[in-house]
Amino acid sequence: MTTNNAAGLTLSRRQLLKRGAAFGLGASALGLAPAWADPWGQSNAYPQGAVEGNDIALAIRRETLEINGRSARPITINGTSPGPMIRLREGQDATLRVTNLLDEPTSIHWHGLILPAQVDGAPGISFAGIDPGETFVYRFPVVQHGTYWYHSHSGLQEQLGHAGPIVIDAAEREPFRYDREHVVMLTDWTYEEPASVFRNLKSAEGYYNLQERTVADFLAEVRENGFRETARTRAMWARMRMSSRDIADVTASTYTYLVNGQAPEQNWTALFKPGERLRLRFINGSAMTYFDVRIPGLKMTVVAADGQPVQPVPVDEFRIAVAETYDVIVMPEADTAYTVFAETMDRSGFARATLAPRLGMQAELPERRRIADRGMEAMGAHDMDHAGMEDMDHSRMEGMDHAGMEGMDHSRMEGMDHSRMEGMDHAGMEGMDHSQMEGMDHSRMEGMDHSRMEGMDHSRMEGMDHAEGQRAASPANAQGDLLPAGTAQPGSQYDQAGIGIDPDERRILVYRDLKAFRPWPDRRGPEREMEIHLTGNMERYMWSFDGRTFSQVDGPLHFRKDERLRLILVNDTMMEHPIHLHGMWMELENGAGELIPRKHTINVKPGERVSALITADAEGSWAFHCHLLYHMDAGMFRVVKVS
Amino acid sequence: MKTGKVLPVACAALALLATTGAHAEDGYDAPEEWPSPMAAHPVWAAGFDRLEYAWPEGEEESLVWDFEAWYGGDISRVYLKSEGENAMGDGDSAEFEGLDLRYSHLVADFWELQGGIGYQGGVGSSDHPERFYGVVGLQGTAPYRIETSLDLKVSEDGDAWAHLEAEHDVRLTQRWYLQPRVELVASGTDVEAFHMGSGLNSLNAGLRLRYEDTRKFAPYVGAYWEKRYGNTADMARSHAEPSETTGLVAGLQLSF
Repeated sequence: MTTNNAAGLTLSRRQLLKRGAAFGLGASALGLAPAWADPWGQSNAYPQGAVEGNDIALAIRRETLEINGRSARPITINGTSPGPMIRLREGQDATLRVTNLLDEPTSIHWHGLILPAQVDGAPGISFAGIDPGETFVYRFPVVQHGTYWYHSHSGLQEQLGHAGPIVIDAAEREPFRYDREHVVMLTDWTYEEPASVFRNLKSAEGYYNLQERTVADFLAEVRENGFRETARTRAMWARMRMSSRDIADVTASTYTYLVNGQAPEQNWTALFKPGERLRLRFINGSAMTYFDVRIPGLKMTVVAADGQPVQPVPVDEFRIAVAETYDVIVMPEADTAYTVFAETMDRSGFARATLAPRLGMQAELPERRRIADRGMEAMGAHDMDHAGMEDMDHSRMEGMDHAGMEGMDHSRMEGMDHSRMEGMDHAGMEGMDHSQMEGMDHSRMEGMDHSRMEGMDHSRMEGMDHAEGQRAASPANAQGDLLPAGTAQPGSQYDQAGIGIDPDERRILVYRDLKAFRPWPDRRGPEREMEIHLTGNMERYMWSFDGRTFSQVDGPLHFRKDERLRLILVNDTMMEHPIHLHGMWMELENGAGELIPRKHTINVKPGERVSALITADAEGSWAFHCHLLYHMDAGMFRVVKVS
Repeated sequence: MKTGKVLPVACAALALLATTGAHAEDGYDAPEEWPSPMAAHPVWAAGFDRLEYAWPEGEEESLVWDFEAWYGGDISRVYLKSEGENAMGDGDSAEFEGLDLRYSHLVADFWELQGGIGYQGGVGSSDHPERFYGVVGLQGTAPYRIETSLDLKVSEDGDAWAHLEAEHDVRLTQRWYLQPRVELVASGTDVEAFHMGSGLNSLNAGLRLRYEDTRKFAPYVGAYWEKRYGNTADMARSHAEPSETTGLVAGLQLSF
């Protein structure tokens, strides 16, 4: 961890390119696209690109390049944006020399890598950052394998393309086989300065949203659902001053979505020989964009999530949250082209690439989907009047029918047991008064429909338990009143793909599908729970944890060294948030028991409550934040101290 | 007596200025010279909600502006606000209906409470009667997305009046907006110099059709109806102005 001056290094662009070539990165598109985006990718039979990365130099610059044929000013790493692939080998000691040739401080964070805090690369937490003209040397042992990525952790630099892939080859044979591999790195590019994007978001809500509901949408909804129902739903959204079309803060109205630095029209092409098994390493290196990825005509088998091997899941489509990675295997048999289609979650745009046996081929683009409207679950998460209701849990109440119940008085209901209520319909209940209900147990209510309940007063309901089962009484619970390790929290939606996806249309990956290839070493149950709420104020573009932005909190969150902690994340907002913890894995408690998967970034849907087990073995201070760049910058950020 | 009424306003504004300054760096051993991991950075915004030319029936044509700029963070901001008009052909200079400097504090998700001082009178001239005032305002978004601002003003002479504005955007398409708009003025006293009578002064209701070429540049056309009431109407009549009028407008909504 030494620092020296760049003047002594004199890394010229040519030397850097030569060095890149020496590392076998190829020189196919120098200056325009990163060399790892070579159409032939990496092949096991001809390991042309195996980098012995014992000593890698990276130079960070701001320069003028063309992006999608238009002059742009990205931040480059060794001359390309996104930067070069860093290929390491599990078990090696990595040395990465990062030279800052910008006129402002910079940094690189190795996203998903388990390493000592001093080389994690988050300025102000574990190191000072890299000043202009300085070189910082990161040295760490490589203790894992898989697909990861790196990016700046300074200001909004990541939006300028200051990012790139990391591939770590396994020391032992991986539990799947493939003939060729390609990195598919998804990014969102804007020709605007990131600071002005942030200012626009701050000054006008919905600034980039050109898919808001209009009068025409209202009329269409009236035709479908009738005037009364439409007026009621829309009035509810209007009362809460929220938009059901608030799915992405920053959209295609400013973004160009790139695959490996190439716009859809440029159609980055990855080559294969028919019959080969291809490993595609998908990385969502976007600042703000969730993608739904599919390859029409090909089944994808997910074999790793966030770099960590999972039991194979064959799917047609997967949603990749910002900062996640997924490795999939595809087996194109035919001598034909396939489109890799990555539609943005808000449907405003897409990134696209082609898999083909020869350059110049392309397949049809699939039909685009329309933007979806958020439903009650997002609203309920935020602004309804739940005064005085605490610790309630209505999870797993699905599809109930209470239709036609109006003007009921449920006051002074005490000690009721609603367990095992299934298939009920509560539609059309109006003007109910549920005040003063105490000590109710609504567990195991499934299939309930609470739509169209308006004007209900649930105030003063206290101590209700709507959870599935009684936690304390569960015989499987060895940890007092904590749920056993690996159990899905009530309120989780691991079996749901999320907004804008029709699960009947095709097989979509959901978090419930992710099972670790084998159990992770720490089999302890949780000793302690820490609950953190994801909070925000859409109108002001304020984003925070537990209602306080980073500049408003006192000191760090504290993890006790070596404790086994359950981190519970509750999303009180109506947006998805990809939550990232530096330095330690989060074992996502998706109900897979001892096979819960490890993740470095967890997507939390609106209104959702998720949990992860953490082994707090990484001493030091670490960043913990929403990986939507402008949410993080707005203050959805904490420091975690392990000691 | 005059200062006695301005003083509470100033006190309220000062009370709003009191904010906490906690340091998130506390407690995790980061050396002092390191930067903050996530520095809060203030932003600014500025623009004309209305910059329009008005053709009122039976009155002089005029150029009207409604300008607002702010600088600050999530909770606390400083505002510069100005509304005014320049009546064409009267030989007089433009006139500030208000030129306010305010401190603003977020008091609820959708509401900010503001306090400050302001000036009413000529723009760099003595063509118009002048006064200084203290102002307390509530600005925000009411349910059903109604952009609202309510100002209570007390002048150096102890006159008090209130100004309410509410507007709502109906989205016809992603670019075309229809904006109904209402403005109410009421006064506690008769102030002859400013043509204000005690009680409800005026009601102005307008409808504007706007095309957002970009979020920052949006031309519009519209019409309005305005009625003056009570003593205010009498004062207008004595100055040969109608107590009720309609007008057409064409203008720009701009932000910078």
